[in-house]
This record gives sequence, C-alpha cells and structure tokens, in this order.
Amino acid sequence: MSSIAVAEHHHAEPPSSTGIPHDKMGMWVFLCSEVMFFTGLIGAYLVLRFSSPSWPDPSKVLNIPLTAFNTFLLICSSVTMVQALASADRGDLRKMKLFLSLTLLFGAGFLSVQVYEYNKLLFHEHFTPSSSLFGSVFFTTTGFHGFHVFCGVVCMAYMTGKAFLGKLTQAHHEGIETLGLYWHFVDLVWIILFTIIYLF
Amino acid sequence: MDQEHKTADQGHKTPNYMAIFYWLAGLTVVEVGWATLLHDNRKPLIIGLVLFAGVKALLVALFFMHLKFERKTLGLIVASTLILGVILVSVGLAEHYLPRP
Repeated sequence: MSSIAVAEHHHAEPPSSTGIPHDKMGMWVFLCSEVMFFTGLIGAYLVLRFSSPSWPDPSKVLNIPLTAFNTFLLICSSVTMVQALASADRGDLRKMKLFLSLTLLFGAGFLSVQVYEYNKLLFHEHFTPSSSLFGSVFFTTTGFHGFHVFCGVVCMAYMTGKAFLGKLTQAHHEGIETLGLYWHFVDLVWIILFTIIYLF
Repeated sequence: MDQEHKTADQGHKTPNYMAIFYWLAGLTVVEVGWATLLHDNRKPLIIGLVLFAGVKALLVALFFMHLKFERKTLGLIVASTLILGVILVSVGLAEHYLPRP
C-alpha cells in the first residue's frame, strides 16, 4: 500500500472510542435492531403455531425442494460475498469484481425463485395471506425477508457498479465489509426461517 | 495511532471459507433429510432442526460476519440483543404453556 493510499485510508477512518470503525459499528447496531424485528415475527409465528388447535403441514402446502435450492443459492451468495471482501483485502480487484457480480447474481436468483414460489402459491394453489393463519404469517415473514433481500440486491448492484467504475481499491473498500455484514445477516435469518416455517 | 484504528478482524488468519460453505450446504441437505425421515416424530424432529439451524447460524455469524475475530465489545452488543430476543419469544410461548390463574 502506498503512503498516499495509507493516508487516504486513515482519513476515511476517524478514531473511534470502541476501536471499531463507525460505519461497521453503525451496521452492527442496525443489525441488532433487525434481530429484534425478526425475533418479533418468528416469535409471533411460534406462538400462533403452538396455540392453534390445527396447523397445516408445511410440506403439503409449500415446495420444500425448491426452497432448499433457494437456501443453497443464498449460502452460495454469502460465500461469494466473503470472498469479494477477502479479494479486496488482498488487492485482487479482478476477483473482487467477479465475486461481487456472482453475489448479485445469486441474490437476484433467490428473489426470482421467491417470486416464482409466490406466483404459484397465490395464483395456482390459491394459498393467500387471507386463506389461513398459516398463510398470514407465512407471507408476512417471508415477504419481509424477501424485501430485505431486495434492498440488499439493490445495494449490491450499486457496490458492483462502483467496483467496475474503479471506485473501490485495496485501500478504500469499507463499503464491501459493511454491505457484507447486512448480506450475511439476511442469509442467517433465512437459515432460521427455512427451518421454522418450511421444515417444522 | 495506527494500532488504535485497527479493528480486531484485521490481521487475523483468513478462515477457510470454502470449508464453511461445504458445512453449510451439507447441513442443509441433512436438515431436509431429517425433516423428511422424522416427519411424524415431532420431538426428535424439532430438537434436530433447532440444532442444525443453530450450528448453521453460528457458522455464518462467527466466520462470514467475522464475529469470532471481532472485539469483545461487539460480541457483547450482539449477545445482549440475542438474550432480549430469547426473552421475547420465551415470554410469548410461556403465556401459552404456563397454567393461567
């Protein structure tokens, strides 16, 4: 790293009392609020499920193999995201662009499969938010998660664009780490939702 | 000064991300298999699924989100949120399971 790059890097990270850069700390605090948000949704799902006298078998209503494939896509996107950060840290900007593009592709793939699933459920199988309690909590919880993935994909497109425009360098790529934290969190939430909603 | 600005994750040995990926993918396959095989056996089904999902979530948080290499402050912030989350769900479920006066 050149002295100019080092000076720029330090300029980008003002001192923080915690020793954690402000942008990263801000993202973690935001993610903590998101934990509470999804805990509320998951908690509501569990309470409703266990207090209901009857509950439909998710495997008879939902397409488990398709969603397992979707889970796999999101896991793939997480590994490409972390590889993008590792490549940026190493200064391998070509691989950083490749991994960011792959993450974007996997994220868009996940959303496409979810849209396909919703379309099938809503218009072919007439399983709607108003058809049952399960329908309400299913669409609310997975819908909010899908919205989070959508926001992540939009941010990822912006970040990938920045990478291809040469605005991300070995010294300046803090955004990848911050966005990566959000992306991994979305993956983590899906791991829990897939287990609780689709497999329980 | 230079040292002050360094976060705990800077300077740690890069984890084997592909190994974590194989674990996550493998556990997902096992999870789906477990749910299919033990479909009518609720207790082991739920215990197994919670265990698998917990391990997967932990792998993502520790290695992909680098919590394993972060400062303790960050760990404490996250842990306190998780504790609040557990309390929230437990109180909700307790209302259903505990006898009412």
